Amino acid sequence: MYTMQAVAVLTQPNAPLLTMTGICKSFGSQEVLRAVDFDLCAGEVHVLAGENGAGKSTLMRILGGALRADAGRTTIGGRQAVLRHPRDAAAHGIAVIHQELSLVGSMSIADNLFLGREPSTAGWLHRAGSLERARELLARVGLRLDPRRTVDSLTISSQQLVEIAKALALDARIIVMDEPTSALSAPEVQHLFARIADLKSAGCGIIYITHRLEEIYTIADRISVLRDGNLVATRRAEDLPAGELVRLMVGRSMSEQAPRHATAQTKVRLRVEHCTVRAARPGLPPIVADVSLQVHRGEILGLVGLEGSGVSELLWTVFGALGKRGSARVEIDGRPTSIHSPRAAIDAGVALVTNDRKRTGLIPGMDIIANTTLASLPRLSPAGWINRAAEARQASDSARRLNLLAASLRQSVSSLSGGNQQKVVLARWMGTQPRIVLLDDPTRGVDVGAKHEIYLLMNQWSEQGRSIVFSSSEWPELLHVSHRIMVMHRGRIAASFEGGRAGPADLLRAAMGATADA
Amino acid sequence: MPETPDKPAQPLALDRAERPGWRTWLSSSSATALAALCFVLLIGTLFSGDGAFYKWNTHRDALRQASVYGMLACGMTFVIITAGIDLSVGSVLALVAVAFSILSIHLSWSPWLAIPACLALGATCGAASGAVIARLRIQPFIVTLAMMVFARGLAKTISGGRKVSTAMQLPDGSWTAADVPHVFRAIDSRLLGDNISVVSLIFILCVVISWIILARLRWGRYLYAIGGNEEAARLSGVPVTIMKVLAYSLAGIFSAIAGLCQAAQEQQGDPEAGIGYELTAIAIVVIGGTNLMGGRGGIGLTLLGTLTIGYLDKILSINAVPEASRLMLTGVIIIVAVLLQRRKD
Ligand SMILES: Nc1ncnc2c1ncn2[C@@H]1O[C@H](COP(=O)(O)OP(=O)(O)OP(=O)(O)O)[C@@H](O)[C@H]1O
Ligand SMILES: [Mg+2]
Repeated sequence: MYTMQAVAVLTQPNAPLLTMTGICKSFGSQEVLRAVDFDLCAGEVHVLAGENGAGKSTLMRILGGALRADAGRTTIGGRQAVLRHPRDAAAHGIAVIHQELSLVGSMSIADNLFLGREPSTAGWLHRAGSLERARELLARVGLRLDPRRTVDSLTISSQQLVEIAKALALDARIIVMDEPTSALSAPEVQHLFARIADLKSAGCGIIYITHRLEEIYTIADRISVLRDGNLVATRRAEDLPAGELVRLMVGRSMSEQAPRHATAQTKVRLRVEHCTVRAARPGLPPIVADVSLQVHRGEILGLVGLEGSGVSELLWTVFGALGKRGSARVEIDGRPTSIHSPRAAIDAGVALVTNDRKRTGLIPGMDIIANTTLASLPRLSPAGWINRAAEARQASDSARRLNLLAASLRQSVSSLSGGNQQKVVLARWMGTQPRIVLLDDPTRGVDVGAKHEIYLLMNQWSEQGRSIVFSSSEWPELLHVSHRIMVMHRGRIAASFEGGRAGPADLLRAAMGATADA
Repeated sequence: MPETPDKPAQPLALDRAERPGWRTWLSSSSATALAALCFVLLIGTLFSGDGAFYKWNTHRDALRQASVYGMLACGMTFVIITAGIDLSVGSVLALVAVAFSILSIHLSWSPWLAIPACLALGATCGAASGAVIARLRIQPFIVTLAMMVFARGLAKTISGGRKVSTAMQLPDGSWTAADVPHVFRAIDSRLLGDNISVVSLIFILCVVISWIILARLRWGRYLYAIGGNEEAARLSGVPVTIMKVLAYSLAGIFSAIAGLCQAAQEQQGDPEAGIGYELTAIAIVVIGGTNLMGGRGGIGLTLLGTLTIGYLDKILSINAVPEASRLMLTGVIIIVAVLLQRRKD
């Protein structure tokens, strides 16, 4: 069906592929989209920007048939389209890469890629053919993995790439990418951008959502900005400088960079020695091989690594969360500390923000308050009785501190926008008053304003003498915030740099395993 | 935050930590569960069994009969909230009923010793299941299935396969009847001028205790967290193993309480008692609206579910609907109730 429309589009080059007019959507009494107009041309990348909770994902879920708009119409290729179900969207040639990954964890990569449209004859699956095709699709996004592996066993960035491959498999003409790179590091992003360029030249239209400004200016042809559910601007990328874009998004101008606070302190707060993490299966090389590091009081140590470098595993081991697979000798403030479980780590003043809020962060059925206070309950309810007033107070304090956007603190966290969910996770660890904070990609999916907020929070923590280990897939922020940066490659420290002395190219070289001269 | 003095878009209403308004409540699980109960009661007023439905005695007996199932359902609620299941509650009930009868009738133990011993027995069964589930990571369905068979076997072993009653065989082979222990009569009696059964009061007490644990104690919060996202809970310092053992132990204790009541009512310990009760308990929890996927639900819902199932059964029986039709109807009701609940998600 859409192929016919595609021909029509190709014959008149500037006709929009997609037009959405007057889209409105409310959840209960909360208006999330107010008469939004949006369009997309063939062969362009149209970036949709806006703060957390501005309504970007909601608009895209309406386009993808996952939600119904209260009002408004959608035309595709000049004809009105009724999108009641994701199937309708697929039939109109729309593929959506959702922000919260929608893969089935217990199934293999191949099964996930073809879920719902398995290649088959009269109900018999073509196993061999689908594995072959899965391998091709994975190669297109730069993944070299066995498609028979279950999705559960993949890291978050690989999962994100599988999700992208799944959308590419649909051969759609309209591709929505809702924060596809939030867990990807520079080389993986480059790879994705190359695919986007291919898609553009094949005449597809791409709607791209991201909170990373440098990505916007690398690939955007046009930019639309949503604020509080209103479309405030649609402009060509060259007509919208970054300062102006930020002002449109947040509604105020913002000094773009948080000032870096200099550490004068030299006392070692955290010392990790001989950290080793065994591979899940015997016979494979260890994921982290005998790494030692130390962090001073008030220091922000940046940790960088590509897929499989062992950064997350290192943090998990220090937090006591890997059980017997990981071992390390940990000293805190000069005292040897045995950390064998997350509880012990929390008691020793360590906090860990993991990089996957859906799988290892949030409790979906619980409200904001309960999620925020989960790690500090022993302090808030010493006798075992929950002190509801104290709990609400702590939650509302940290919510205000992080500028959390929610209808009420009793709202379930699953109905929050992605970035606000991330803030709930951060709020949980603010509440435990940690001495050492391990942050694994804490700004994933967080808007510019809130990122700034998080940098300020990190600076404040650093001034208070807390130590921070900060890993991020977004290298510019890491270079900008850290006092010192260590690069990991295949489970070892490949290089380390003083803050401000390295650029992205240095990091990339070290992370790819080029021998370093730090 | 000195950087941002002129923040315009203040987050909405962060001080509003109060409970959601009645509109939100109307679309909640409790509203649906309450509607289901009212619907059943309405049927009762329409088909009142020649006015039997308007007599208090009918209600007293409905409550009395639902109470034992309700106690099992209380324990089941804890386990289901952690995304588990406990199939052994019916067998543990029988085991405790047998043990209680032996201790009280044959060994003439004081109830002050016999009751704690029986509760400990139930707790041990639950703790054993919980420990295997949490430490060895075997699925709750399988572990508690094993415990269901094991506890039944144990009940038959200690009772010698016979009902343990006041009829006792003397060494010379002749039979004699012992007195029914006072504690049996006390548990099976009625209070307030014959208007309410002690067993029903015990059930209400179970509900209150469960409510405190789930809604007011840290433990309860931890149970919900484990059911919602076990890995995230562990990483937030929740003692997952201990809490799971606790949940199954509570299920064991509540089954034991139900076993005491069962023994007192029948004035004997029947090793065949409670067969199939686990399914009724699960049905009660599910009709109330607690999600089998874990992390959601509550004891209030279980109370409503208990009353719904209890009244349904009573209304059908006062209208002399045959057992076979009653079972089929109950099956249909379970599906309808769950469909109503699912609308919410
Ligand atoms: N199912 C829901 N029920 C209630 N409110 C919802 C629901 N889904 C989204 N919302 C609300 O709608 C608003 C817009 O959410 P949306 O996910 O579209 O934001 P977003 O622009 O994608 O933000 P982010 O950048 O954080 O992903 C948020 O305030 C969110 O709380
Ligand atoms: Mg979003």
